[in-house]
Amino acid sequence: MTSLVSDPTLLPSPPDAAGTAPVPAPPSAAVTAPAGTPETAGRAASPRRRAWRGAAARITVSLSGVFLLALLVAALFPGLLTRQDPVAVTLGVPLSPPSAGHPLGTDEAGRDVFSRLVHGAGASLGIGFGATLIAVVGGALVGLIAGLGNRLVDGFFMRAVDCLVAVPDLLLAMIVITVSGAGVVTALVAVGVAGIPSVARIVRAQTHQVRVSPYIEAARILGLSRTTVALRHVLPNAFRPLIPAVALRIGGAIGAGAGLSFLGLGAQPPRPEWGAMISTGRNFLVNDPLLVLWPALAITLTVLATGTLGRALKRRLEGRDLA
Amino acid sequence: MRALALGRVVARRALSGVLVLWGAATITFAALHTVKGDPALVLMGGEEANPSPEALAAVREEYGFDKPLWVQYGIYFSRLLHGNLGDSYQQHRSVLSAIGIQLGPTIVLALSTAVVAVVLALAVALATAGRGPTVAGAVNAVTTVLSSVPGFVLGIALLFVFSALLPILPSAGNAGAASLVLPVVTLALPIAAHLVQVLQPELDEVLEQPFILTARTRGASVASTKIRHALRHCLMPIATMTGFVVAGLLGGAVLVETVFSRQGLGRLATAAVSNQDLSLVLGVVLFAALVFVLVNLAVDVVYSLLDP
Repeated sequence: MTSLVSDPTLLPSPPDAAGTAPVPAPPSAAVTAPAGTPETAGRAASPRRRAWRGAAARITVSLSGVFLLALLVAALFPGLLTRQDPVAVTLGVPLSPPSAGHPLGTDEAGRDVFSRLVHGAGASLGIGFGATLIAVVGGALVGLIAGLGNRLVDGFFMRAVDCLVAVPDLLLAMIVITVSGAGVVTALVAVGVAGIPSVARIVRAQTHQVRVSPYIEAARILGLSRTTVALRHVLPNAFRPLIPAVALRIGGAIGAGAGLSFLGLGAQPPRPEWGAMISTGRNFLVNDPLLVLWPALAITLTVLATGTLGRALKRRLEGRDLA
Repeated sequence: MRALALGRVVARRALSGVLVLWGAATITFAALHTVKGDPALVLMGGEEANPSPEALAAVREEYGFDKPLWVQYGIYFSRLLHGNLGDSYQQHRSVLSAIGIQLGPTIVLALSTAVVAVVLALAVALATAGRGPTVAGAVNAVTTVLSSVPGFVLGIALLFVFSALLPILPSAGNAGAASLVLPVVTLALPIAAHLVQVLQPELDEVLEQPFILTARTRGASVASTKIRHALRHCLMPIATMTGFVVAGLLGGAVLVETVFSRQGLGRLATAAVSNQDLSLVLGVVLFAALVFVLVNLAVDVVYSLLDP
């Protein structure tokens, strides 16, 4: 098999990159191994420092979890967090500063910023989880078929994946949007489809490893059908390493969805959505920078939090410490 | 012998690149046929554009929309092979010339970004490698944050600080080198962060190798050891990540050109999607695939020269 990119599994792609890119080694042996050399002598991590780093890592992971939980509440029950209507226009108070009635002030049309932020969580999380679901199901299907198929099938599917990889995710998403029009659902599908190739590559590589393992051979010898072996034995085992990559994808998908809305190709006004809020708030950047700050902070923290949880999950699955 | 081996590599990669382009063109052909309704009408801008019956008939004739699908596929490919990507109804010119007009600023943006990103990543990785867990942890934290922040958010943050708060750099436009600074930094920071994350463990490993100690005992300074011996080992991972970098640049240009109101391919693509200018969108997609294939071909050649 000649592939355009030398080793697909080693090549980080933007959305799940933090997952596939090697994370710097744990602070113990690897980094400080040449303890005798002048520049590292005396810098070996002391037990105290390691304990401190462990605690810091646990706090970061917990905070990320709490933040995402709060977002989930905002997405499912926005009414619990705010009574204000996100699209209701309060006449006479555009761009007003924070007040008792509007904790984060109002936007250029006199709408409550906090309410729009809370109600915007639904669209962002929806795109993040929905697109990831599409990418994982589609990618797993393609990867499994390619990984278990004969040379011809494998070659065909991986060529197709190569073609999709050759087009940047955003442009791929743009084709879907041109064909079916802008909107949250289209953006969700578009981001999801654009994510299929990289998932397919991971699943295929894993499937190749799993299919030659003794327990698969045993299952075949026991006379189980190909489909049963594929679904009951190959898929779960090929899927396990994918879990942290999936967690990291969610953050990437949220960022991509917000990007599309920022370009005006995702959520349409007046629907509250973080990317769209940044896009309109940008026009008032000098007078009222907070209008951009809140949604920007929301997107960034969401991507960071999902990434932190994804990496923690990865370390746990690899049997390593958190720090 | 070596020239022959190199020729074989190039031939194989070129063939694989042609297959990728064929596939990408097939995807665009499929996209053309998944649109709702009459593809000729969509290509002319839909109902609202109100194209004349003559113009519609001409497009139908050109694409052979009344012929069987496989004939259309053949017609589509022979058009592409002749460099005919169709016409943009919005721009009133051929897709190829629309791309040609906007290509320059994006190439300048992409090349400057690639250079800045690689230089920055090498400088940070070399300066921080082998300095113990605290520095490694700090670098890891910064690069994680930088690679998590969506590009357009980073761009607006930089724009706010360096253009609104401290008015030292222009916020928009294509005029002069100063207008290039913020867009390039916006695009380069996440890519550099990524490269550092890949390079740093690699460098840490290299610095433990016996030949580094040998060089050090011969009296070479830390800096010169790093630059002369360790740097060479960075080239391979950078070459491997070129595909990712190129795709990131083309995708990132779409957002960054909008944030900084710059002319370029990204803006062209965004406008094309907003106006449902299908032939222009598909043209930009094919062009991106072509760039990806050519850059990877070049990387493979460099690769086999570095490591025969």
